[in-house]
Amino acid sequence: MTYLAKPKFHHPALPKNALGFTHRDYEGSVSTLCAGCGHDSITAAVIEACYELSLPPHRIAKLSGIGCSSKTPTYFLGNSHGFNTVHGRMPSVLTGANLANRDLIYLGVSGDGDSASIGFGQFAHAIRRGVNMVYIVENNGVYGLTKGQFSATADRGSKSKRGLTNNDSSIDLVAVAMQLGATFVARSFSGDKGQLVPLIKAAIEHEGAAFLDVLSPCVAFNNHAGSTKSFDYVREHNDAVNRLDFISPRDAIKVDYEPGTTQIVEQHDGSRLALHKLAPDYDVHSRIAAMNYLMERQAAGEVVTGLLYVEPDPEDLHKHLNTVKAPLNTLEAKELSPGSAALEKINASLR
Amino acid sequence: MKLTDIAAPDYFHKVVDCQWACPAHTPVPEYIRLISEGRYDDAYMINWKSNVFPGILGRTCDRPCEPACRRGRVEKDPVAICRLKRVTADYKNDVTGLMPKPAATKNGKRVALVGGGPASLAVARDLAPLGYLCTVFDQDPKAGGMMRSQIPKFRLPDAVIDEECGYILNLGIEFIGGKRIDSLKALLAENYDAIFVGSGAPRGRDLDIPGRAEAAKNIHIGIDWLSSVSFGHVTKIGRRVIVLGGGNTAMDCCRSSRRLGGEDVKVVVRSGFEEMKASPWEKEDAIHEDIPIHNFLVPKEFTHDNGKLTGVVFEKVKAEKDAKGRRNLVPTGEPDQHFPCDDVLVAVGQENSFPWIERDVGIEFDKWDMPVVDPTTMASTNPKVFFGGDSAFGPKNIIWAVAHGHDAALSIHKMLSGENITERPLPQVSVSSQKMGIHEWSYDNDISLDKRFRVPLRDKVVALKDIRAEVELGFDPKLALAEAQRCLNCDVQTVFTGSLCIECDACVDICPMDCIIFTPNAEEADLRQQFKAPAVNLTQDLYVANDLKTGRVMVKDEDVCLHCGLCAERCPTGAWDMQKFLIDMTHAGEGCRSKA
Repeated sequence: MTYLAKPKFHHPALPKNALGFTHRDYEGSVSTLCAGCGHDSITAAVIEACYELSLPPHRIAKLSGIGCSSKTPTYFLGNSHGFNTVHGRMPSVLTGANLANRDLIYLGVSGDGDSASIGFGQFAHAIRRGVNMVYIVENNGVYGLTKGQFSATADRGSKSKRGLTNNDSSIDLVAVAMQLGATFVARSFSGDKGQLVPLIKAAIEHEGAAFLDVLSPCVAFNNHAGSTKSFDYVREHNDAVNRLDFISPRDAIKVDYEPGTTQIVEQHDGSRLALHKLAPDYDVHSRIAAMNYLMERQAAGEVVTGLLYVEPDPEDLHKHLNTVKAPLNTLEAKELSPGSAALEKINASLR
Repeated sequence: MKLTDIAAPDYFHKVVDCQWACPAHTPVPEYIRLISEGRYDDAYMINWKSNVFPGILGRTCDRPCEPACRRGRVEKDPVAICRLKRVTADYKNDVTGLMPKPAATKNGKRVALVGGGPASLAVARDLAPLGYLCTVFDQDPKAGGMMRSQIPKFRLPDAVIDEECGYILNLGIEFIGGKRIDSLKALLAENYDAIFVGSGAPRGRDLDIPGRAEAAKNIHIGIDWLSSVSFGHVTKIGRRVIVLGGGNTAMDCCRSSRRLGGEDVKVVVRSGFEEMKASPWEKEDAIHEDIPIHNFLVPKEFTHDNGKLTGVVFEKVKAEKDAKGRRNLVPTGEPDQHFPCDDVLVAVGQENSFPWIERDVGIEFDKWDMPVVDPTTMASTNPKVFFGGDSAFGPKNIIWAVAHGHDAALSIHKMLSGENITERPLPQVSVSSQKMGIHEWSYDNDISLDKRFRVPLRDKVVALKDIRAEVELGFDPKLALAEAQRCLNCDVQTVFTGSLCIECDACVDICPMDCIIFTPNAEEADLRQQFKAPAVNLTQDLYVANDLKTGRVMVKDEDVCLHCGLCAERCPTGAWDMQKFLIDMTHAGEGCRSKA
């Protein structure tokens, strides 16, 4: 960590996006996490993704719970809306915010403690309701703020920094999200921005519940031999099923991919995902096959990463509830109080 | 791309752009840090060791360091390095105790130095403490050479010259003023062990156009006129003055004229404003004193009436590129322009002249009638005779004269110790970690966002009344501190140890200038494109290091690194460290001798 703010100077030739912003304009305050924390790399990836998508910062809402991971929204998108909720309660607050104003982009940022322990139920219900959001779990398998106890995502048999073995079964949030109906499920690694940034972009553009599990080594308490969430372990056991290029609706599609190796997935908003297949038979549209593959590789001790499942035509909570199209704060008295004739009509329909 | 050898003394030296650009390689960031600490004496002595005349250069240097300054690539203006040098001279205490002592015993070797300007004085300063008996000859009664005769007093007061020449003359040097050397042959006959020629470029170029002879009374050669002004022989000039020429001498001439009765003073230059040889700040100073600069006008004729100058006729020209892409000045065809005036100062360049060097003393001259001088050893073709300053390669400036002086002194010392003068010693290099704690460094790594501070000036009305009143008042200590804080500490180097790196990307993410990447190694041109802002400044190196677990390399673009140390603060394993790189040029002395 550093006591200095990052100097305001930036490279004089730093590129700008369609809005005229550099990626520096998407930064927040300087991080107070430990030096080398994986979470800081995820922060940088979020900044890069929002910069590349040319998102207006004031159209984004970032919400988090409690924990190292949940501190990170302070470190990115300093000009966006932010909400630090009670521990584990980010999904409910996000759901409420989303229902009130469907026009904002919702980034839910959470950790393995916040989502797999105290907020496990909240996580499950936000996913199964199909809230249109990006739900990022910065997953380090350890309680860093309380000095290194195993979290619920720590693998059985992995060792703590002090040499203790974890005997409990681990929760695989990707498997749970898949089972609960998330329409976009991916896993990535904080040490691989080449994979992570396009996944975040694709998740943001996905109009449904997008879940991203990002392995993020804790350099202070979980980066030792015997850990299954260390830089070395993840690099050695990483089984990436695909590499993703995110193609925004504005970009012309480039078709210089070798046939058979690349699958183009159209998203609802017109953006396209070019998936470069690394596992030849992997089908990102089959929830069942994806879950099978996940279990199989997990049993072999590997960490499956990449875009694991995507529903090209997702539905979200607003559709299920048939809500009004406009944000609630734009509704005037005329819409909210349509008059006695309308009331009569409703009453008649209930008789 | 080849891995970077950071142990090679030049690699990190080049990163310290200012020091690399300085002919005398003054450790600039080191003395600027000492100014911040209020340690003016130490800051002065660091300068004194490298450039011999900190107070003089702090007012007059051509400052090759400033265009090189990294700050100028990060924001608009470089650090005011030159004027900070003056700060060390202005606020130091008595430094006589810190100066070297005259040699207790002489070594019996005699060195003659022709000319008492910066080059000769630098040679004498390096050699005298080693026991050499140095004898300096100058035509003027006091030492200083062109620093005293040609630089106006309102830029460089005599007291500063007296003080800094004094430090040198106090080293047990014999100064023979008022004596012009008229024959090198005769000097050689006096059996000196070595002779150094630092006689400058004393001849101002004339302008041979119609009317020159007829109006001669009111047409003056710039450097001769400045010298007469300096010594008080000239105290007045006409009301309307035209200065011909666009160099620094022209700027000194016009500003001096404004102080000696010139009310309507203008500078007329053949070239465009941008192409003028004068330093930008000297042009600024002239314009500030209400002196207009007219460009693209070629003097054609001096007009006169009854032997009295009445004005100058100019032809209008424009710049055009010829087929080979060279810029030429061609007439526009517009009618000539006549500027009336009372006096003209001709400052169209100066040249060397060696009528006093006989051509049969073993010194070879080239086709431009310049002595053949080795640019490293400063030796002429006569093994006993060395050259330096303007007399070596034509008019340059004081800091080059000093650099030549160091080199010549080193050659003389080696020669008279019976060594090969072409074997040059390496500079002394030290590299040391600046880490004091988790986020504590022995230097101030917080980056100041301040814009360049201006040096306070004396009120114009007052300044123009007295030719001896110094115009620049210098930074006060508060301004000096603020300006010093703008220095990016480029000598505190980012040193990377790949074997410690866990490739967590923390340095990549925190770097404010996006100058670090981790990537598979590739050709340099390819690597340069991989940064968020491509590394297009080819004069700046890429730092490439390996030993990473993934087999990739770390590549750092040195170009706009702020040396803020955030990469090192963010590094969980100490793979990055901030290490101060000090490079000390080896001058004449024990350090320069062959080890064998």
